[in-house]
Amino acid sequence: MSGTLKNSLLLAAVVLLTAIPLLTIKAPGGGQTAIFTGTDNQAQDVIQQINPDYQPWFESLFTPASGEIESLLFALQAALGAGVIGYYVGYVRGKRAQKAGADGVNRAH
Amino acid sequence: MHIMEGFLPVTHAVTWSAVAVVCVGVGLRSINNAVKEKPEVKMLLGVAAAFTFILSALKLPSLTGSSSHPTGTGLGAILFGPLAMAPVAAIVLLFQALLLAHGGLTTLGANIFSMGVIGPLVGYGIYRLGKKAALPLSFTVFAAASLADLATYGTTALQLALAFPDPTGGISAALFKFLGVFAVTQIPLALSEGFLTVLIFNFMQKYSGNELSQLGFLSHSEGRL
Repeated sequence: MSGTLKNSLLLAAVVLLTAIPLLTIKAPGGGQTAIFTGTDNQAQDVIQQINPDYQPWFESLFTPASGEIESLLFALQAALGAGVIGYYVGYVRGKRAQKAGADGVNRAH
Repeated sequence: MHIMEGFLPVTHAVTWSAVAVVCVGVGLRSINNAVKEKPEVKMLLGVAAAFTFILSALKLPSLTGSSSHPTGTGLGAILFGPLAMAPVAAIVLLFQALLLAHGGLTTLGANIFSMGVIGPLVGYGIYRLGKKAALPLSFTVFAAASLADLATYGTTALQLALAFPDPTGGISAALFKFLGVFAVTQIPLALSEGFLTVLIFNFMQKYSGNELSQLGFLSHSEGRL
């Protein structure tokens, strides 16, 4: 299997795994119930159910003021990572191309 | 996802924090040694950390109708050994605890332990097993990354079960409940993480072959520590 084909299949698998739940799962009760809530919130519910008296004893020092601000910060986190990986990919590919170019010149002389 | 701020009793929070401090310390030493011996691998370390930054920022929908996020720690564990990811996970988790109210400072230790220690240990173990069994490398990398992801959330469920045993069924009944929240949701996400890890690992093989062979040697010596 060629590298490009293999990579495309890998990416397609990730897209499918993400898209299928979005397309197939419908909120019960005609959209009244929230779906795709976080597992961390669900775990909180289980904790409250096991031990209804438990009170969290510490609050987050800073809480994003809205869902928008929260997604801004999550996007920032992902962008930082993507920037580094983009730099690496460009760097090693450029190095490879430069080396190939230099080898070509050497052979020509 | 991670254990939320304040949702571990004080004794548990303190214990996991102490465990995490030791693990991060050992991990920092392991990273230092690796980078001192082979400075060329620094960039790959950056890539492994960046991969964790991206993947743990992506909250993905799952077939259960819930969302969670992958961890991205399997890649670094395969490349740098199981210890190196504890400091990386610590940075990511601290970022999320301070700026995103995701996870927390009191639960930081427990979350470092699941994401930065147990996940990478499992990933690294699967990787070594796959190599020993001479399985195809892509498959081994896929399995290592996916199972590191699943093991992380299995650990989260266990940590919560230890802190909140079920009044009638005890720890095992609580574990079953917490696994019901975390594990099933995580399966498709773990598969995605496996595929993405193979993708970037293939690229590294193609373009960073020298550094990878140096790391093969390094990870071997680290494994004997």
